[in-house]
Amino acid sequence: MKESTTDDRTLDANAVAGMLETLFGADMTVADSKCAACGREGEVGTLLAYTMAPGVVLRCPACSAVMLRMVETPRGTLVEAKGLAFVRMNR
Amino acid sequence: MATIKAIRDETPRVRSYTLGLPSWTPHRPGQHYDVRLTAADGYSVQRSYSIASGPETDGEIALTVERVVDGEVSPFLHDVAVVGDRIEVRGPIGGYFVWEATLGGPLLLIAGGSGIVPLMAMIRHRAATASRIPTRLLYSSRAPEDIIYANELRDLEARNDGLEVLHTLTRSQPAGWTGYARRIDDAMLAEVRRPLGDAPLVYICGPTPLVEGAANGLVRIGVSAQRIRTERFGPSGK
Amino acid sequence: MPERFITRGFEGKPRATGTTANRVPPGQYLTKDFPVLSAGPTPTTNLRLWSFAIEGLVREKVSWSWADFQKLPAQEFTVDISCVTKWTKLDTRWRGVSIDTLLESVELEPRAGFATAYSDGGYTTNLRLPDLVNGQAFVAYEYDGAPLDPEHGGPARLVVPHLYFWKSAKWVRGLHLTEKETAGFWESLGYHIRGDPWKEERYSGD
Ligand SMILES: Cc1cc2nc3c(=O)[nH]c(=O)nc-3n(C[C@H](O)[C@H](O)[C@H](O)COP(=O)(O)OP(=O)(O)OC[C@H]3O[C@@H](n4cnc5c(N)ncnc54)[C@H](O)[C@@H]3O)c2cc1C
Ligand SMILES: [Zn+2]
Repeated sequence: MKESTTDDRTLDANAVAGMLETLFGADMTVADSKCAACGREGEVGTLLAYTMAPGVVLRCPACSAVMLRMVETPRGTLVEAKGLAFVRMNR
Repeated sequence: MATIKAIRDETPRVRSYTLGLPSWTPHRPGQHYDVRLTAADGYSVQRSYSIASGPETDGEIALTVERVVDGEVSPFLHDVAVVGDRIEVRGPIGGYFVWEATLGGPLLLIAGGSGIVPLMAMIRHRAATASRIPTRLLYSSRAPEDIIYANELRDLEARNDGLEVLHTLTRSQPAGWTGYARRIDDAMLAEVRRPLGDAPLVYICGPTPLVEGAANGLVRIGVSAQRIRTERFGPSGK
Repeated sequence: MPERFITRGFEGKPRATGTTANRVPPGQYLTKDFPVLSAGPTPTTNLRLWSFAIEGLVREKVSWSWADFQKLPAQEFTVDISCVTKWTKLDTRWRGVSIDTLLESVELEPRAGFATAYSDGGYTTNLRLPDLVNGQAFVAYEYDGAPLDPEHGGPARLVVPHLYFWKSAKWVRGLHLTEKETAGFWESLGYHIRGDPWKEERYSGD
């Protein structure tokens, strides 16, 4: 079964650019990224975002794998990026 | 922190807010601000709103907000906020969904409903910089009274500087309507794209299902996915 | 930005008052609608390929097809649910199969103490076995008298109403029983390992 990688609630990663910028101190949407699951490369802005959840989840538009997860807690913000093979901040 | 300097009705469900910003930084057309509301008990919510104005207006920005029934933030802005109120904002945000005259064209802009907002910033910027980059806007609204910036778009098109505006009205059309009268489909996309050649630079914005449909349709008719940028606003209102 | 700026006229959400107040856990607001939360796209599940399994530390793995699952004795449940994003919804009506009923079909190994519920789309959440038994948890396939909507977890979701709603895995496909507790999707990123709303166990360390 080929699953759709989107639904009506899907957003673009651009929607969480503010949160990413607060965390990383730079605009991440124009950084390049690679999916650890399927190898797709593309700007972080091309990733899909899910924000109506207990945290923010960025997924690969090609294979739907989780690439980045962020949770804001009273004790700090947790970020997991196991699904990112790399991010490159372009000069 | 922003101060509401003016509020203007655009359509029965859409209003524009001019915000004065003490620490204004010029934005890039297509960027957004995050707006945060905080209640006395500490409860707070945040939503993103695209900048409608071009970067050419010093010290202020315009946001255009559609009232979402049963929503939290948009009904507050419509029903409670008044001129003089201070609103917590953060921005400008996001360098991915932006267009500047220096990025070239030809430009194909596709909007659904309030998705016109960031594209309007691009169109206003294009006009302000006297750019003549061939630009076509395909704009889907439900009914004629729902078209945001209708007069301004008509005036900008009348300058004959390479901007063309094509409307589709999906629910009701006025008598004598000559524009499209259906949801965006592949045939419509092909027609609208044709004069721009094979490789236009494309920006699509609006409710997620519309953005999705238009982006997939363009890829089906041969536009490279690399040339398409999308900004999904979320579920479409019922 | 000042931390405690208050937006003039913004009242946020109503707190529960009167007779319902003692049914709403601390820090929660009452809601009438049913917000849809999801960490990924809603999967489309073909019922012919659907199954629900109990596996891991059991003598013999058991798995039901959709048709078999429908034949299991079902019950009506009317429960209050609380999401960690601060909404509580009272008197939600579900129909489904109690976990007690499901566990009657397997023999648990003595070491089994925890379960990981897993779902289509890759979501997981961890639970202690004592939180799943004695009528406390069920697999629901109807909500409010109609088949469970996919956006709310259909065809079937786990419902564990006495814990925060992220434990109630949507699109659930099975329980994997283990000896040690393995943190699930949100539990492994800052959320509380158990998530009792009455103790306000939202984040790990609460
Ligand atoms: C990057 C970005 C830029 C945006 N720019 C603009 C803009 O310029 N102008 C603008 O009006 N909006 C814009 N939006 C949408 C905006 O952020 C909010 O989602 C919208 O105003 C609804 O918020 P709310 O709090 O009023 O409703 P909520 O309380 O969030 O939602 C209430 C109900 O409406 C549904 N809903 C959520 N979002 C929408 C929507 N967009 N349309 C219809 N129904 C919805 C929800 O599923 C829910 O059932 C943008 C979104 C993004 C991600
Ligand atoms: Zn991938």
